[in-house]
Amino acid sequence: MLFRKASSPFISAQASVHSIMYQVLYALIPGTLAAIYFFGWGILINLLIAAIICLLSEAFVLKLRNRPIKASLTDGSALITACLLALALPPLAPWWLTAIASIFAIVIAKQLYGGLGFNVFNPAMVGYIVVMISFPREMTFWVAPLGAVDHWLSFSDTFSIIFSGALPDQSSIDSVTMATPMDTLKTQIALENDIESTRHHKVYGALFNNFGGKGWQWINLLFLLSGLWMIKQKIIDWRIPVSFLLTLLFIANFFAVSDYASYPSALFHLFSGGTMLCAFFIATDPISASTTPKGRWIYGMGIAVLVYCIRTWGGYPDGIAFAIVLMNITVPLLDYYTQPKTYGKSEVE
Amino acid sequence: MAGTQRWPRGTQGKLALMESTKLKHFHGGLCLDYHKDISRQTAIVVCPAQSRYVIPLQQHIGAAGKVTVEQGQRVLKGQMLATTKKLISAPVHSPVSGTVVEITKHAVPHPSGMEADCIIIENDFQDEWVERKPVAQNYHQMNSHDLRNIVRDAGIVGLGGAVFPAAIKQTEININTLILNGVECEPYITCDDRLMQERAREIISGADIIGHIIKARECIIAIEDNKPEAIAAMQVAINEDNTGFFRVQVIPTLYPSGSEKQLIQIITGKEVPINGLPADIDTLCQNVGTAYAIHKAVFEDEPLISRIVTITGKGIKQPQNMEVAIGTYIADCIEQCGGYNDDASCMIMGGPMMGFTINSDQLPVVKACNCLLVTTSDEIYPANTEAHMPCIRCGRCVEVCPAKLLPQQLYWYASTNNSERAAEYHLFDCIECGCCSYVCPSQIPLVQYYRSAKSEIWALEADRKKSNAARQRHEARLFRLEQQKRERDEKLRIKREMLNKKKGKTEEIEIDAKKAAIAEALARVKKKKETQAITPKNTDHLSAEQERQIKEADRRRQMLKDENHE
Ligand code: SF4
Ligand code: SF4
Repeated sequence: MLFRKASSPFISAQASVHSIMYQVLYALIPGTLAAIYFFGWGILINLLIAAIICLLSEAFVLKLRNRPIKASLTDGSALITACLLALALPPLAPWWLTAIASIFAIVIAKQLYGGLGFNVFNPAMVGYIVVMISFPREMTFWVAPLGAVDHWLSFSDTFSIIFSGALPDQSSIDSVTMATPMDTLKTQIALENDIESTRHHKVYGALFNNFGGKGWQWINLLFLLSGLWMIKQKIIDWRIPVSFLLTLLFIANFFAVSDYASYPSALFHLFSGGTMLCAFFIATDPISASTTPKGRWIYGMGIAVLVYCIRTWGGYPDGIAFAIVLMNITVPLLDYYTQPKTYGKSEVE
Repeated sequence: MAGTQRWPRGTQGKLALMESTKLKHFHGGLCLDYHKDISRQTAIVVCPAQSRYVIPLQQHIGAAGKVTVEQGQRVLKGQMLATTKKLISAPVHSPVSGTVVEITKHAVPHPSGMEADCIIIENDFQDEWVERKPVAQNYHQMNSHDLRNIVRDAGIVGLGGAVFPAAIKQTEININTLILNGVECEPYITCDDRLMQERAREIISGADIIGHIIKARECIIAIEDNKPEAIAAMQVAINEDNTGFFRVQVIPTLYPSGSEKQLIQIITGKEVPINGLPADIDTLCQNVGTAYAIHKAVFEDEPLISRIVTITGKGIKQPQNMEVAIGTYIADCIEQCGGYNDDASCMIMGGPMMGFTINSDQLPVVKACNCLLVTTSDEIYPANTEAHMPCIRCGRCVEVCPAKLLPQQLYWYASTNNSERAAEYHLFDCIECGCCSYVCPSQIPLVQYYRSAKSEIWALEADRKKSNAARQRHEARLFRLEQQKRERDEKLRIKREMLNKKKGKTEEIEIDAKKAAIAEALARVKKKKETQAITPKNTDHLSAEQERQIKEADRRRQMLKDENHE
């Protein structure tokens, strides 16, 4: 008999941060595969670059800070950041762009704030914003989805574009890139072409599918399904995605109904761009999100409003990164003012 | 995750068949692995008499009693050993007849492993009782006050683990609902389960006495649905009683339903107001074990000198429930259970969610001891204090907290030594149920942080009281010195005047003397001011922050006090 000392409770659910992070990573797989399928090898190469740079810079900073390296590297959080970056950055982005975004995400946004659990902002979104502001031209060129153009890039073509900036046969990159459907709509609406004519335009029309952007709709659908699975597994909180998607649906529908010609439908908003990725994988990052139940409702709504505004009236192709980071700023306030009524309080008033 | 699941699927339907009352939810809670079968298979065994007993003077919440016996004195079984007139207190009694061999400090079961005043009794194995005059059936003719005194003199405290003196709880009268707590929501513990199975009639009788004291209109016996035998036994006893006063209420198994506030919420749908009492919402909650003890006190005039203890866990050879005399050494009880298994590694008093480890088995069983859980290292997984991951703000703890707190925010402030902010986030409403620690994926020992933050605030407040006293002493001393000096000066002045007069000086000189006296007085005043300025007042050096902390602690303490006094 040993009489060990310990403190209650002596049993636990034996959940671990590690298993949560890895389940998130697994949930990312279907959508990522679809993204590779529709937008080519670039996504995969981006993913590898981002993963390597993220892990290396994390290890480097941990070493500087004299923290245990192995535990933090294997917790899976850096890989999630890398994966989100790879999905958000243009598939043919030059390698240094991905690298810079990764370094900023890990070193500045995560480790400088104190590492996992202490970062105020979503690291991947900070990395994205940094390159978006610094290299706006590189950021707007997205690959045309599978089936939209004749030229389909092989792995080696993609590799050469990413690392040397040119195709091996010196033909122009422009032949394989197009703006995203969302960006295209915005430009066309600005040119006073209505949505219907853009959707049936002989060039741009190829970007659209029945309800979302071509390729995008399937990717979004898969992220939606994985997200629902994560909610079922209780890996993420359901409030943020629900409030985000409902709010986005509501606003987009409101404008679309009021002026069908110049505001895309709610379905288009839900199934284009990074909507579902944002709803289930970015906005739900618990560390930078609000942590009270009520706060999470407001947080999701706030992101939806900002995303819609930036998409519709802002100067950037998609508003998710900015919306997330802006709402990250409000989190301490949200948390403070949305404290639940503790037991017994409701009877006092 | 299994841990955060609310009501188990299907239970509501089942309940609807059994009971018409609609149950309410409390926030959060956990479905746990209960391991109750380890100990509930066999009947309660009476622990045989031992040669030596250690009776701690304080086994309840409130003041310790004053010893009423002397060293060397012979005492009888059931004789009062210590008592006090203080309101919140309970006497202790001798579990056997024998001799008081020592009144001394002895280690008692406590999280800190501390020692406390104990009376040590050597058994003479005569089993000779004090004179007993049970009131038995006559209690129906007695008034609440006299009955309450019987409960009080029998040293009866809440036996669910809270050990709050039972008589104090029963001071309110005309309370509508008496809730008898047979929930026993902690894993492993089965003492109430067995008690209900084997002694249902006595429990009902005890509950009737409580009902008589508080003039209740109904008594609801709450039992979790994982104890079908106990439910059946209680139902049989109620049918025999046939007054319509009692009713069994089966509730879904969910930790911590057995916690008083949560149970009241399940049954009545109301929350006990903060700083309030269950009586404020017309309820009183007592444990089934307490009701049983009250029955014994009234019908047999037997004070609380024994209780049922669940001795269980993989580290025990023969887990079982035992009726153990208060004061029996834990080691003696374990021996009656066949001793420890080789891989036993940890002894917990209470359940695995809210109990505490004890560092020796040479401690007495006390009134609060409902369970001795001896575990092997593969059976329990205490959170690792040193190497836990950082909080990832996942909110799982929020989902399960029955007090509706924000455990992650509490943790944030408690771990950064900002207890004042933690108090702002309702640290003192935490019931330390452990649900948050249980689900935390980062394995943070949250409850441990809350406990130390609470004691920090208490310590701060105690410090302040001490320093206040010190300051008062210091000021008194300064005043005394000042007075002495003034008296001395005055004498000097008079002397000088006399001298001047003797020398026949002119008036001018007298005026000079007056001037000098005035100057002197001024100097004195100035000096006094200076001394005052440099008087070290402990409170002067406190930052605004500390001052706020102290005030907050004061308020909390006062609230706690009020709560206890009511
Ligand atoms: S304390 Fe634990 S359970 Fe609560 S939010 Fe932090 S990591 Fe999650
Ligand atoms: S221990 Fe306190 S904070 Fe944690 S769940 Fe229980 S009441 Fe809530």
